[in-house]
Amino acid sequence: MMVDARYWLRQNAGTLAAFAAFVAMFVLYTANHPAGLNANVAQTAANKGVILALVAMAQTFVVLTSGIDLSVGMVMVLANCMASYVVVGGIAGATLGVAAVLAAGAACGAINGLIVIFGRLQPIVTTIATGAVYYGIALALRPVPGGDVESTLADAVTGRIAGVVPSSIVLLAAVVAIVWWPFRRSVVGRAVYAVGSAEVAAYMSGVPIRRAKLVAYTLSGLLASVAGLFVTFVTYSGEASAAGGSTYTLYSIAAVVLGGVSLFGGSGSAIGAIFGALMFRTIGDLLFVFNVEPLWQPLFQGLVLLGAVCLGSWRLLRIRNRLELYG
Amino acid sequence: MRDAGAAESPPPSSNPALFEMRGVSKRYGGVRALQAADLTIHAGRIHAVLGENGAGKSTLIKIMAGVVAPDEGRMLLDGEPVKFASPSDAQAAGIACIFQELSLIPDLSVADNISISDPPHRFGLIDARAQRRIAEAALARAGADNIHPAALVKDLSLSRRQMVEIAKALARKPRILILDEATSALTAADVERIYAVLKRLRAEGLALVYISHRMHEIAELADECTVFRNGVSVASYPAGARTDAEIVELMIGRELSAEFPPRAPHAPPDAPPRISVERLNWGDGLRDISFRVHAGEVVGLGGLDGQGQRELLLALFGVLRGTSGRVSIDGEAVHIAGPSDAKRRAIGMALIPEDRKSEGLMLPMSVRDNLSFAALDSLSRMGIIDRASERDAVARIVRLLAIRTNGTDVPAGALSGGNQQKLVIGKWLMVSPRILLLDDPTRGIDVGTKQEIYQLLRELARGGAAILFYTTDLDELVGCCDRVLVMVEGAIRRELTGGEITEHALVSSALDLAAAPAASGAEVRLAS
Repeated sequence: MMVDARYWLRQNAGTLAAFAAFVAMFVLYTANHPAGLNANVAQTAANKGVILALVAMAQTFVVLTSGIDLSVGMVMVLANCMASYVVVGGIAGATLGVAAVLAAGAACGAINGLIVIFGRLQPIVTTIATGAVYYGIALALRPVPGGDVESTLADAVTGRIAGVVPSSIVLLAAVVAIVWWPFRRSVVGRAVYAVGSAEVAAYMSGVPIRRAKLVAYTLSGLLASVAGLFVTFVTYSGEASAAGGSTYTLYSIAAVVLGGVSLFGGSGSAIGAIFGALMFRTIGDLLFVFNVEPLWQPLFQGLVLLGAVCLGSWRLLRIRNRLELYG
Repeated sequence: MRDAGAAESPPPSSNPALFEMRGVSKRYGGVRALQAADLTIHAGRIHAVLGENGAGKSTLIKIMAGVVAPDEGRMLLDGEPVKFASPSDAQAAGIACIFQELSLIPDLSVADNISISDPPHRFGLIDARAQRRIAEAALARAGADNIHPAALVKDLSLSRRQMVEIAKALARKPRILILDEATSALTAADVERIYAVLKRLRAEGLALVYISHRMHEIAELADECTVFRNGVSVASYPAGARTDAEIVELMIGRELSAEFPPRAPHAPPDAPPRISVERLNWGDGLRDISFRVHAGEVVGLGGLDGQGQRELLLALFGVLRGTSGRVSIDGEAVHIAGPSDAKRRAIGMALIPEDRKSEGLMLPMSVRDNLSFAALDSLSRMGIIDRASERDAVARIVRLLAIRTNGTDVPAGALSGGNQQKLVIGKWLMVSPRILLLDDPTRGIDVGTKQEIYQLLRELARGGAAILFYTTDLDELVGCCDRVLVMVEGAIRRELTGGEITEHALVSSALDLAAAPAASGAEVRLAS
């Protein structure tokens, strides 16, 4: 049993490190917050963090295949604009609307996947292009910010359960339980890791490479649309914000790296990416409680990111010692 | 031993063929990899496939394993025709292959890898407990029960990974198991285990196809043998029916196909050697390498693929880290820290790499840019490239090597393979190297260009360069080199000089026949 625990630790080292770093930062934050840790502080922190956490999860699926999805932010914006039209009209209407938005998000992801698989284009180029298309559709839907959302649903999702637990955290946990947990244990999930780790070896072993990639991209689109729905619930409206979409795309990559997911693919988990996202958000909050000018926020976020990347490449440097060519 | 081997094998007629290949051919572009090859495999037998580098063995097993499709020919399983469109098809038919390049996923655990092609699952979710049981059973069957199923493959040594690879193949419950150089990475202890495992599998009725360059392994294990040469299956015979010398004859058996420029009359000069290497070591890859090359000499590196020849060239070029030993240039000890150090005027070393696409050329850039990269120091003043002298130098090389190109502004990628290879050589000629290292420079290029490259090497040697030349082509070693160092497992096993350089001598020393229990050196010498 002891031996098994050691291997489990080895396999989840990145995720655990992200978790530990987040806890440390969050404790530091609440300890220095004038109000301490109360339900309000937790709710605000959760609502800010969950959107990025969802986008980072979306990014994780594609990064695991050793690809990258630069359209996640735009899918989120598109879902937001669409939701501001369809998630209305009582609980029944809103539920149908949510389903429609999720389906649209999954479709966006599936289109990315099909182009990458059958068009044999590089993921980075493909998703820049499709991202622009998705943003274009969002802009056509909402040339100016506006719209509405079913407020009982919105308040339920962004509020608190029993007055203490932020519902957004429960929602995030539900997404992990419904999407990530089964994926991680599924045959196709295994295939995604295999493709990202060693595509040729995976092919030689008869792993269904195309199916794995298609599922990864589709789930990425689906989770990006969950993030878009959440944006709608927080803002009660839709806005085709190019800056918002691009920022979330870039931050999702940062969160994935901070969460211990390898950009080379094949290792890491969405749980790690979630803590990476929460960590990235907490940096900003920390600066706030320590009265640092908000102007410094990007600089500090960048430094933390650089530090994380350096830690990640430490092992690589030691391998290069043996054979620089292949390092 | 041979008699014992013959007695073990039942007569072939009593045993219908499990798998047959009839007239299978495969071409890659203009290169004929396999030509009307035949192979017959029986259950409960170990079938050894022999042949020198490039004889078609790898293509043969890739076809059997469904990795590539044959252009012509038929395959029969239990007498029924079969076609494999993908590796999964071949697996479904009960053929499992252990490739030379490993097929394991480094980031997944041993248990994940063993069940990778068909994990045990319920409702689409992998049953981790069942997978663990399968892994434990497969590892035990492969004699590797000391490997933990939860360990990550990337944390295992090469030998242990190879054992996992074997366990993975066994977990598919194959009827035919193909082992391509499966023991080349194993430690002695693991080799012993594998012998026992293979013999047990044979007793269980599996058909095993065993590819190995180690003659003593074949003597120990094989029941039947097939020899390949130039893509043709030249002979099949029961193990022990031929002597080692006869097998070597079967593996070579061809005329010299290329013409080589005459060797320079060569007398060892009084000057210290241009390059002298003493007790060079690098992990397990290079062991106690010592040799000298004089100015004007062409020295070949022989031996089977992957015996450390490439690593030796990289070590001299300063690419490998953690080497020990002494390298002297013109009698003075030097330390070469890397390629940019190696091209320094005092050392003047150049390496023509094997893989011109990734290591030798920047394909999208122009012919001129590619040629002048290595020489930019001498073509520029204070960091600014002197365009006029660059143009002159480039034009001179293009003329000298007769590079067929439509001007010097076309991208290197637009040239033919042979002309690309000339470009790689030309790039290093721009710096007038005093020591030239070549890593299989004629692989995949046409005969005409090959002749020009041989000519060029001789001219460079005559001009005072010391040349160290690794090639997988026996003809080139015989035709081009003044001396040949034959490498086996990272060490120089034999040095052949002048008239001693024959195909027989090269192949027998590469196969390390002196060390094989069944071989006798006298027999080999008689035949040559």
